[in-house]
Formats: sequence, structure tokens, C-alpha cells
Amino acid sequence: MAKRVSASNVTAYYGGFKAIENINLTVEPKTVTALIGPSGCGKSTFLRSINRMHEVLPGARVEGSLTIDDQDIYDRDVDVTAVRRTIGMVFQRPNPFPTMSIFENVVAGLKLNGVRKKSILEDAAEKALRSANLWDEVKDRLGKPGAGLSGGQQQRLCIARTIAVEPQVVLMDEPCSALDPISTLAIEDLMFQLKDKFTIIIVTHNMQQAARVSDRTAFFSIEKTGDPGRLIEYDNTQKIFSNPSMKKTEDYITGRFG
Amino acid sequence: MGETPHRSADAGTGGTRVTQSHEWPAGASARVAEAPVSTRSPGGTGLGGGGALPRSRKFGAERAFRGLTLAAGTAVLVIIAAIAIFLIAKAVPALRANTENFWTYEGWSPNETEPKFGIGTLAFGTVLSAALALLMAVPVALGIALYLSHYAPRRLGTALGFLIDLLAAVPSVVFGLWGRDIFINPVRDFSVWLNKYFSWLPIFGGDGPFGKSIMLGALVLAIMVLPIITSLSREVFLQTPTANEEAALALGATRWEMLRTAVLPYGRPGIIAAMMLGLGRALGETIALAMTLGITFGVSFNLIQSGGNTIAANIANAFGEANETGRGALIASGLVLFTITLIVNITARAIIHRRREFTESAA
Repeated sequence: MAKRVSASNVTAYYGGFKAIENINLTVEPKTVTALIGPSGCGKSTFLRSINRMHEVLPGARVEGSLTIDDQDIYDRDVDVTAVRRTIGMVFQRPNPFPTMSIFENVVAGLKLNGVRKKSILEDAAEKALRSANLWDEVKDRLGKPGAGLSGGQQQRLCIARTIAVEPQVVLMDEPCSALDPISTLAIEDLMFQLKDKFTIIIVTHNMQQAARVSDRTAFFSIEKTGDPGRLIEYDNTQKIFSNPSMKKTEDYITGRFG
Repeated sequence: MGETPHRSADAGTGGTRVTQSHEWPAGASARVAEAPVSTRSPGGTGLGGGGALPRSRKFGAERAFRGLTLAAGTAVLVIIAAIAIFLIAKAVPALRANTENFWTYEGWSPNETEPKFGIGTLAFGTVLSAALALLMAVPVALGIALYLSHYAPRRLGTALGFLIDLLAAVPSVVFGLWGRDIFINPVRDFSVWLNKYFSWLPIFGGDGPFGKSIMLGALVLAIMVLPIITSLSREVFLQTPTANEEAALALGATRWEMLRTAVLPYGRPGIIAAMMLGLGRALGETIALAMTLGITFGVSFNLIQSGGNTIAANIANAFGEANETGRGALIASGLVLFTITLIVNITARAIIHRRREFTESAA
């Protein structure tokens, strides 16, 4: 189920602006990897490069190579939609489809894959909602609008929607930044369970969160505004937060950013 | 970590300097104090402080505006009531004088000594031509709107959108002239071709003459309602939250699938509203249809034979030579048209209302 993600010399641009430069890192299967760093350091850009969502923006492009289990996702012959089905994504703000019910939201990805049979969709929806720890809360109102749930429930709904298509890798772009602490805890618990099946890469601004949920942590930074973001240090989370090898990392995690 | 608070206090651009710049420079506050122009200046007691609370004013701008808006709102009701009373008062005597059934009689001769007129054929032609126009215009309009909002480069989209809006600015009489003198030729050729190969379908049957037909009228109408449907749908499509579009793409949707999953459902109420505005225009369109239809009285689904008529076109054609009863009869037909439009609008609102639970939580 889970695959290894490997980036070598990944450089991403927004038009003429170079947002990240020469990122090299490998994420092992069935682990949680946290990307941390100050705002504008390119961690979200890097995350969006991993499932080719970066290029959705006009003028945005990626150079270098990104592989999942040795297959280059930027290869010219690769179908971009297949890449995004293999590498799911959860966004910063919960974004359920407003016109769809809870059930329709969960199975939206399956329907896009051509699954039509009701019994299959129902089973998949229940499985995904159970995996997202949401089933008990919504099982009696699957036909109600997904946008009617609370923020934390919506985000878990989005996670259910993402994992319903059974991807190999799940990317999370600050998934808890719009949520209260209790919902955040629910999502963090969920990440622990999900890493049995998926490779998870999470961008977070919350360093306690990175320390709590991740096995490995990558620290990104920029020299100054306008410079491209670079990977400063990538190591076991425990090491990064207790004894980082780079001065910059230490400064950042102890709050002496500069 | 013990150092952290201190560090963050003067981190970045220098915290102390930032706070200072928010305060009034000494010189400025002194000047304010010397010349107290208004109570809203930051010097003195300030807006929310000091002294007894002032009494509320009895006659202020607040009350004046309230009165004005109330008057404007009432005026609408008065005008509508006045029109309705006038129309009914004029229509009733004519309807009494009618010697045939107003609903079923196929013909319009209200100026005779024994007035005979019926609304059935006109209402039928009105609904048929408008529905046909909408049927042809909506797919094209939605296609254009999707192209402009999601496929075209931004500059091209803006330019094309402007051109589409220009199309809406063409007066309907120009459309009528163009349809009657120029557009009729290709439509007639097309009708002959349809008749040759598809005459087994009743809608394309008949022996001619072809040309000034429901088909021509509906095509001209379709072009006329195209811009309004296009520009409204485009606005709605552009408002689709990027987050939803990205959610669809991240699930592995192609661009068309993304449009179907995120954009079209989100825009559905807007599309319906746009269609209703288009239908409203098509139902009420007068002069273009008066010029392009064959003006006959009869209920027929044949689209290509010369013929067809609508309530509005009939009013335009018959008003000039109408006597007292004739005018009353036309006014009665106008009331029927109004009722048709009303029913269409209510239906549209009902459709939008039905899925309100979803659309409201979207906002």
C-alpha cells in the first residue's frame, strides 16, 4: 500500500520566482514525515510538487526528479491524474464539496475512477469514514450536506475522501491550522493509525505537532525574502528536536529564528 | 526556551520601533490640542469617552433614510397595483364582447362587429419559440462560459467576455432586421435540407414554403438570449472556490471531471437563474419575432414551415389598427403573457429552493 517518495534536486518556480531550490530527500513507506519551517520557505510548494498540484497554478513549474518507488512522476508519459490518485492530498482548510452530501463527498474520488455500483460505494464509504474516525458521528446523516459538519469533522471528512481511493501516499498541508485543539488531537490520533497503511507527509507550523506525530522531520528555510527555500536539515524527529546538527534548525525550534 | 519571550519581543524588524510608530508623534498631538476641530480627533476626550451621554436625535439622517426607503418600497406596490387595475379594467369589456372562446379559438379578429379572438395559438407559439430558443442557447452559452472561465487564458477570456456583453447591447430591432433579411437564407436552405431527409418527423414535415418559421424566430431568439446566459454563468463559474477545484484535481480528476464535480454543481442555482432571465427575455421579446415569424394562427409543432406567432409579436403587429375592443383584447393577451412569465419564475425559484440546504451551507 505505501510507497517510498524520493526527491532529487527538486526546484519549483512560480513564473520567474524560484520558490524552492535543489530539494533532496527520501521518505520511507509507512512513516509520518513533518515539513517545518518559517512562512514562505517553500514547504507547501514542495508538498504540492509531490502530487503535481503545484503546476495547477498558471506559470508554475517544477524541475528535478520526484519518484515514488522508482517511478518518476514527472515523466512525460505519466498520466497526471493517476499521480494524484496515487498521492492523495488534504488541504489547509477543510474543503468538502458544498453541493454534495457526506456520502457523496466520501465517494467522489471513487466515482471519478468510474466506480458506479452502489454496494461497492457504500462499503468503501463506511470503510473510509471508519478509518477517518468519523463513522460514528455521521452514520445517521450520510445524506446531509458535508458542509454542515463542524470544522474538525469536515477535515476528517476530507481525509476520508482522500483515503477512500486508497492512495499510496497522503500529503497534508497544515491540516489542523484551521481547527481547535480537540479536533487537532483527533486528527493527530488519526495520523498515528493511518501510517500503518500510508506514507504520510505533513506540513505544519506547529512544532509540538511535528514532534508528536512525525517519525522524521525536514526543516526548510530561506536566507531572506525573495530567496528560494532550501532544505536545511532532515533527520529523525527526535534528533531534530533534541540535538539538531545545524545551528539554523536549533535557532528555529528554540524560537530564535533569524 | 527561557529566553524565548524576550527574543520574540524584539525579533524581526524590531518590536519597539513598530509600537512607537503607532503612537502620535509629540508634535502632531500638540497641534491637535491647539486647534480642536472635531471631537473625532485622537486628542482630547476621544470618541468614546468623557462627559454625559448625548441625547438621541429625534429627526436625523437615520429617520430620513428610513422614510425614503419606505416610500420607495411602497411606490413599487402602488405602481404594480395601478398597472394591474388598468389592464384588468381594459381587458374585461373586450373579453365580454368576444363571441368565441378566448382560450381555444384559433384566430385574432377583435376589430369586427362580432369580435372573435383566442389566445391559445399565441400562447402556444410564445412558449414553443422561447423553449426552443433556450434549448439551443443554453448548451452553447454554458460551453462559452466554461471556456471563458476555465480554459481561456485570462486576457483572452476578458476580451471575449466583453464581446459577448456587446452582443447583449444590440437592439432587438436590429436582430429582427438581420434575421428577416439575411439570416433567413441559410435557415431556409437548412429547413429545405431537413425537410428532404427528415420529413418523416412531424416537426420537419410539410410542403413549404419555408423560411419565416418558428425555427428562424427561435434561432434569432437564441442568439439574443445567449449573452445574458453566458455572462451570468461565467460570473458564477468564476466564483467557485479554488479550494473545491483543487480538491477535485487532487482526487485525480481531469479538468472536465473537475468542472463536473466542483464547478457545475456549485454554479447550478446561478445557471438556473441565468436560464430564467434568458427565458424571460425570450418570452417577452416582441419586435424581433414580429419580423421573423410568419404570423399565422394555428397550433402546430412544425418548426420549419412559414408560420408561428407569439403574444408579444401579435401585440406589436395588431396594435396599430386596433379599435377599442381590439386594444382590450391585446391587453388581455398581455395579461396572459404576464401570467406565463410569472409561472416560469415561480417554478425556477422552486427549483433553486429545493436544494437550498446545500447551496446555503456553501456560502
